[in-house]
Amino acid sequence: MTSTKPATSPKVDAPDTGAAATLKTGTSDPRTLILGNLRQSGIYIALVVIVALFAILTDGVSLSPGNLTNIVLQYSYILVLAIGMVIVIIGGHIDLSVGSVVALTGAVSAVLVIREGMPWWVGILAALAVGVAVGAWHGLWVAYAGIPAFIVTLAGMLLFRGLTLRVLDNISLSPFPAEYQRVAAGFLNGLLGGQGFDAFTLFIGVFAVVGYAASVFRTRLARVRHEQPVESFPLFVLRVAVVGAVVMWFAWQLAHARGLPIVLIVLAVLVLVYGLLTRRTVFGRQVYAIGGNLPAATLSGVRVKTVNFWVFVNMGFLSAVAGVIYSSRSNGAQPAAGNMFELDAIAAAFIGGAAVTGGVGTVVGAMVGGLIMAVMSNGMQLMGIDQSIQSVVKGLVLLAAVAFDIWNKRRAAGSR
Amino acid sequence: MSDHILEMRNITKTFPGVAALQDVSLAVRRGEIHAICGENGAGKSTLMKVLSGVYPTGSYDGQIVLDGEPVGFRGIRDSESHGIVIIHQELALVPYLSIAENIFLGNERRGRAGLIDWHRTNAEAAALLRSVGLHENPVTPVIQLGVGKQQLVEIAKALSKKVRLLILDEPTAALNDVDSAHLLDLLRRLRDQGITCIMISHKLGEITAVADSTTVIRDGRTVETLDMSDGTATQDRIIRGMVGRDLAAFYPTRTSTPGAEVLRIEDWTVRHPTQDRLVVDHASLTVRAGEVVGIAGLMGAGRTELAMSVFGHAYGRDITGRVFVNGRQVRARTVAEAIAAGIAYATEDRKHYGLNLIDDVRGNISAAALGKLARNGWIDGNEEITIAERGRRDMNIKAPSVMSVVGKLSGGNQQKVVLAKWLFTDPDVLILDEPTRGIDVGAKFEIYTIVNRLVADGKAVVIISSELPELLGMCDRIYTLAAGRITGEVPVGDATQENLMELMTKDRDLVG
Repeated sequence: MTSTKPATSPKVDAPDTGAAATLKTGTSDPRTLILGNLRQSGIYIALVVIVALFAILTDGVSLSPGNLTNIVLQYSYILVLAIGMVIVIIGGHIDLSVGSVVALTGAVSAVLVIREGMPWWVGILAALAVGVAVGAWHGLWVAYAGIPAFIVTLAGMLLFRGLTLRVLDNISLSPFPAEYQRVAAGFLNGLLGGQGFDAFTLFIGVFAVVGYAASVFRTRLARVRHEQPVESFPLFVLRVAVVGAVVMWFAWQLAHARGLPIVLIVLAVLVLVYGLLTRRTVFGRQVYAIGGNLPAATLSGVRVKTVNFWVFVNMGFLSAVAGVIYSSRSNGAQPAAGNMFELDAIAAAFIGGAAVTGGVGTVVGAMVGGLIMAVMSNGMQLMGIDQSIQSVVKGLVLLAAVAFDIWNKRRAAGSR
Repeated sequence: MSDHILEMRNITKTFPGVAALQDVSLAVRRGEIHAICGENGAGKSTLMKVLSGVYPTGSYDGQIVLDGEPVGFRGIRDSESHGIVIIHQELALVPYLSIAENIFLGNERRGRAGLIDWHRTNAEAAALLRSVGLHENPVTPVIQLGVGKQQLVEIAKALSKKVRLLILDEPTAALNDVDSAHLLDLLRRLRDQGITCIMISHKLGEITAVADSTTVIRDGRTVETLDMSDGTATQDRIIRGMVGRDLAAFYPTRTSTPGAEVLRIEDWTVRHPTQDRLVVDHASLTVRAGEVVGIAGLMGAGRTELAMSVFGHAYGRDITGRVFVNGRQVRARTVAEAIAAGIAYATEDRKHYGLNLIDDVRGNISAAALGKLARNGWIDGNEEITIAERGRRDMNIKAPSVMSVVGKLSGGNQQKVVLAKWLFTDPDVLILDEPTRGIDVGAKFEIYTIVNRLVADGKAVVIISSELPELLGMCDRIYTLAAGRITGEVPVGDATQENLMELMTKDRDLVG
């Protein structure tokens, strides 16, 4: 690496993190990097602090192989919803209906598979189709009728909860066949044999780390080639090493529990696909443009209605994915399934740095935001803290996260 | 010394980096209609905001003397308690409240226990409506009234506050001819009842018809105050005061070699999106390759509306007429189609309509032509950086990198990002709406240089500008627009600020 500079003099950077400090290629000052990306780095720091806090409070139980597996199984559907929700929020909208849609799609699947005795995959396909149809319904009203998403999805929340009750005739359905249950409760292991732990899980972990390292290295090379500022090489190596260590440790823990959960693979694929979709496709970029400045996007030739429509279709689709995972995990469909899931998904997106005004947010951020919520809930459950207190704490964390976001924005505006 | 109700002495008001008003003085006699005129951005509205307390005492230098007493207003309410009421160009009525509720908003007629006395409210409102000649029921919601009637409601509201000095900012800008004549009549009647009026207007026909004296402001300074009573102050006389400034020699020279016709607009007519009036009225114009064509017009003449409606119907309704690009008729009903047809429009309001301020330079430059960077919907991020870097270099955008957030750049650099963005769409014709508004002299020169380079490359450029010297310095031909109609087409060799201003203020004789 040639065009990088070592971190020389930390004292040069003023509280102002802006122009001068990032002017040269090879920005290396860690303080500049952290402060300049406070919005992004803040949540990672918060996640580390919360994980550490609960590890101490629970005497390490929260980091045990069994509990980590539990967290994945228990919160995966919220994370799936958060992916769709952060895209909705980046576009400047909101979706209050996802909990009801989770219930409806799960119910449709359960009716077909459990009551009608159809194959498990018919249930999954039907659930996905219903989710897409629901999303198209919302999209039509929001994009083409011009009704605010808050109202459309508030109506959808009632509407689809009602339809769920109708489909289920007000009773729960259970159980699903074993194949269907495997979606959320199954593990991929033993493929490479085991020596007291699952080698396949570790293999996937190594594969992920190598893929990650290769990807960020390529990005870095491209940025250097285009004379963009990058972090100093030692810092870059450190970052890759830390991420790699965390992933490998996580894989190690999973390998010593029950192996690689299938939902984790589903989630990883979704995060990868949607991460690319938001950053690297015309569609994703136009969502940011619409949320960032709607009139400017319109005057730049963005087909605002079409984009908004597909944002909601996508939300419907991901709600259905979450619906399948949830019904599989709970091994049935209940009329009250998915209650308040929308609030967890919205909270994850905002804690993850999405802006209330739209135009800002990332899929990865929403995942970290969702994990913060998940680790907190799980930790408090392990400690036997009362439900009421859990709710209070979660509420305060959400408020603090958005307050931080607004404070950070003012700071940025002030440092011009 | 005659009886002055108001004197503003040596008012100086500065905003960060610019002096909006320098040493402005204004003396208004009791019971007169006093017109204030000047080009867009001359400082008229700023002066009125100082007077009405929008800019509170202490935020400006100088003295305001009302009835011989020095005063300083802390806010609008303060100035209103002294009988000074300002009616802004954009009416400030609440659409879903009734006429009476609007009139007494913030000044409610209360009865026992502090509850609103509706009988008194409506009765007093009815009396006020009679005095302004508006025959409407006071309980009618304001949204059901046309703009002309809403203007009368504003005046009734002012009268309810026992107004002595009424300030109207461009009162007839949004009105049709009949409503304008009606409003001017009302101002005369109010004057005869002893209410002093200050009227900001661009329409010189109106000013010569109703004003008793006229103060001309130019570049934040008072030029002169003309007595209108003896008839010597003609429209020509006022125009000379408004534009009489040196044509600073900061327009880069260019040899003009116009080629084939690139843009032709025929019979273009556009209706206001919500009101029943024509904003653009059978306008026709042509632009040739390698040519810079100017559109001159005062506020409300329909310049931006003309450009935006051509740009894929981004403004207005019931649009009729024909647009040709390179001889081929273009039926662009969306912005995307207009861009595809080779038209680019850089807005006058870059912060609200031109840029995504929270995004970086790169994202803004590529925003209007992302398709060019994409294969099957996937953007080539490296290519995007390359073209953004090229834009940064070509436009000389002073930003630390193309990853810098646009909201943190200076106005001039933001404008260069806008230009880079539209050039990346590879347009045949580039419409620049107020391309140098709010940017400093050095950046202006750079923008002019860029424009000259574009026409040298054979592009056709349309410049819409409020600054006549800019049009005279940059254009080959200038169209003038007044009340939505093209009132003139002048080759730059024959154009002077005076004859352009005359064409720009050519409204139908509506008062007499």
